[in-house]
Amino acid sequence: MNQPILELKHIVKEFFGNRALSNVSLTLMPGSVHAIVGENGAGKSTFIKILTGAYSKTSGEIYVEGQPISQMDPMVSKKLGIHCIYQELNVANDLTVSENVFLGNQPVNKFGLIDWKKMNSDTKDIFASLQLRIDPKQLVREISIAQKQMIEIARAISQQAKVLIMDEPTSSLSDREIEILLALIEELKQQGIGILYISHRMDEIFRIADTVTVLRDGQHIKTMPLNQVSGVDELVELMANRKVADYFNKVEAPIGEPVLKVEGLNKRGVLHNISFELRKGEILGVAGLVGSGRTEIAMALFGLLKKDGGTICIDGKPVDIRGPRDAIKLGIGFVTENRKETGLTLKMSVRENMTLPTLKQFDRFLWINRKEETGAAEVYRKLLNIKTTTLEQTISNLSGGNQQKAILARWMIQGTRILILDEPCRGVDVGAKAEIFAQISKLAQQGVTVLMISSEIQEIVGMSDRVMVMKEGHMAGMLEKSMITPDHILKLAFGGATSA
Amino acid sequence: MLKANVIAQEQGQAKWKQISAFLFNKGSTAIGLILLFVLMSFASSDFLTVDNLLNVFRQSAVLCIMAVAMTFIIISGGIDLSAGSQIAVSGVIAAGLIASGVPVLLAIIITIAVGAGIGFFIGTVISTQKIPPFIVTLAMLTILSGVAFVYTEGNPIPINDAFFRSLGRGYIGPIPVPIIIMVVVAIIGHLLLSHTRFGRFIYAIGGNEEAARLCGIRVNWVKTGIYVFGSMVMAIAGILLASRLSTGSPNAGTGSELDAIAAVVLGGTNLFGGEGKIVGTLMGVAIISILNNGLNLLDVPSYNQLMIKGIVILAAVWFNSMKSRRASAA
Repeated sequence: MNQPILELKHIVKEFFGNRALSNVSLTLMPGSVHAIVGENGAGKSTFIKILTGAYSKTSGEIYVEGQPISQMDPMVSKKLGIHCIYQELNVANDLTVSENVFLGNQPVNKFGLIDWKKMNSDTKDIFASLQLRIDPKQLVREISIAQKQMIEIARAISQQAKVLIMDEPTSSLSDREIEILLALIEELKQQGIGILYISHRMDEIFRIADTVTVLRDGQHIKTMPLNQVSGVDELVELMANRKVADYFNKVEAPIGEPVLKVEGLNKRGVLHNISFELRKGEILGVAGLVGSGRTEIAMALFGLLKKDGGTICIDGKPVDIRGPRDAIKLGIGFVTENRKETGLTLKMSVRENMTLPTLKQFDRFLWINRKEETGAAEVYRKLLNIKTTTLEQTISNLSGGNQQKAILARWMIQGTRILILDEPCRGVDVGAKAEIFAQISKLAQQGVTVLMISSEIQEIVGMSDRVMVMKEGHMAGMLEKSMITPDHILKLAFGGATSA
Repeated sequence: MLKANVIAQEQGQAKWKQISAFLFNKGSTAIGLILLFVLMSFASSDFLTVDNLLNVFRQSAVLCIMAVAMTFIIISGGIDLSAGSQIAVSGVIAAGLIASGVPVLLAIIITIAVGAGIGFFIGTVISTQKIPPFIVTLAMLTILSGVAFVYTEGNPIPINDAFFRSLGRGYIGPIPVPIIIMVVVAIIGHLLLSHTRFGRFIYAIGGNEEAARLCGIRVNWVKTGIYVFGSMVMAIAGILLASRLSTGSPNAGTGSELDAIAAVVLGGTNLFGGEGKIVGTLMGVAIISILNNGLNLLDVPSYNQLMIKGIVILAAVWFNSMKSRRASAA
């Protein structure tokens, strides 16, 4: 009787021979919510992009309302009524609400000018049907994030959307706004729209989803009606990845005296009462979902985030870190998660990028001693096996892995005692990954204290002496060596019950 | 067919490719300059004479000194639209001080110090208030021009001091003094940019300000320093121009910031910051000066000269942007 609005069968997506998705199938009924869950890198985004036509599938079949779709591209996808609300909102702040709803589709009058009256009244009608109250004439700049999201949903409806994909729609909403959104989703269900709901927040999924599909490493693990799921733990168990890659070669380092002590670190709305201690030669893994406050801890330690409260002590002495300069003087190094935006100066050479924070040590009066500078860079080029024709090569010509090694070298030249790594192997090929991890391990042996943030559970499990798990700005738990397993980490990160 | 032949041919082609790629990427300004030079030599019999060339250099001294300062500013990702007004202000201040009996050397030092003050103000506003350099210096262009007119009450101040006049007009042996000053400024500029931390930080800030900050560079200080240095050099250019004209005129230097910016961009410096060399700027200055001189020699009316100059600048910038698009596509 009821025909699925969307059916995907055996979808495979390969990137240069690497499988990002293998054999994923999914059926979406009109008027239902189908949740997709999985840890970072499980293949959720790839899956969405195939649906919206951003990527083309390697093999598999897509049916929309029973019709096979051979070629999917963004235009076709829109025409078929598939719309996606992304995490980053896609609205023009300086236009009115109704202009945003009808962006690119503004109704025109017989003179070819925009028919404002019709546009505003149509917008009003759509909002009324969704039981929302937003003034169509208001500037989008003046409304809340949640309301902006509503605009995107209204835009999809105005274009006769049949399938609505929501990618982490609640990540930047307050509790009250989440309630409004969830109520809106109920309303959309009533109108017969099929919703694919991607979220890390288990409580939401249990409230609104009818069906859930679990992905792991691009594999389709299981699809089941939500009323047959016993609880959060069952889903987390399915998502957890027990496979630990063997390229870490972590060598146990002798762990020495305490070096860094953080007590009661607070930042309103971001970090709540974070306390931990780090010892010489120790690697502390920091796990948690994106937005859980992991990066913010690093930023606070490096003086990039002004804390509201708490103390940071180095070698037992309280320190006041007001900016990167103070942090560097105290022997802290920071490898940021976004190499191109906050790490490298892409137009400069490999050498210049390597010595940027330590240039002073090559200074002779007013002069940079180029010979010494090149000498130091050369030592670390060899040590880290940075593949470049010469040190004078512009760094943008290097591969991601080699760029990352150059940044690591930057802090090694500095003689960093406390090294903060935020996603140290993002966008790095497997070979370079192994080399970078081996180097991190070696640094720990030499007595460097490492704080490593990662979204890859295997990296955390493979490298850490202890693991701190963050959740919504709080420390969800601190796992000692024997307790570090993907299961424990994920349970803490997702907030299920744990035996730890 | 002989295999060795094919290989040799391929190697030859590869070599040619390398050479043409190098010329296309690094040498385009130099090639443009040489072409222009050859063209002018044929077009006018008066061009290729020692007298004329020395004249070209002497006249380009003020522009060249301004362009050196502008190179620093543009590499850092900034711009200084008030450079022309700074020329006027420093010229009238120097002239005013000399006219009121201040010893020449002291007058020069005070003028350069005032320049430093102007640069400090511009740099501080830009770096601490986060107002775009374009806006700050656009406002300064008007303000400083006003200052020059108020200070002189609109009348040029004549300068009679012989030593002061010799700065812009004198010779040491056969070489005009302004050329010596120009060369010294250019060499200092080059050394600062490529051999000191200050210079390295300028490139870093222009290339990626956030990354520079995360490397512990005091971005605000360095930025302020750039404008202080820049405005001091502009003051030197202003003194030189006043000396050449033997007058401190509130009208002097008007619009010359655009020539300076054009010379920097012609020299291959990236208008968005992070890349550039003094050597390139020198070539850019030479192109503009030779163009001016050549068109004069050819009796091209001055209004037509404006059009030709504009077209050359547009073509050069277009060529540069095509280059960087190619580079990013590769």
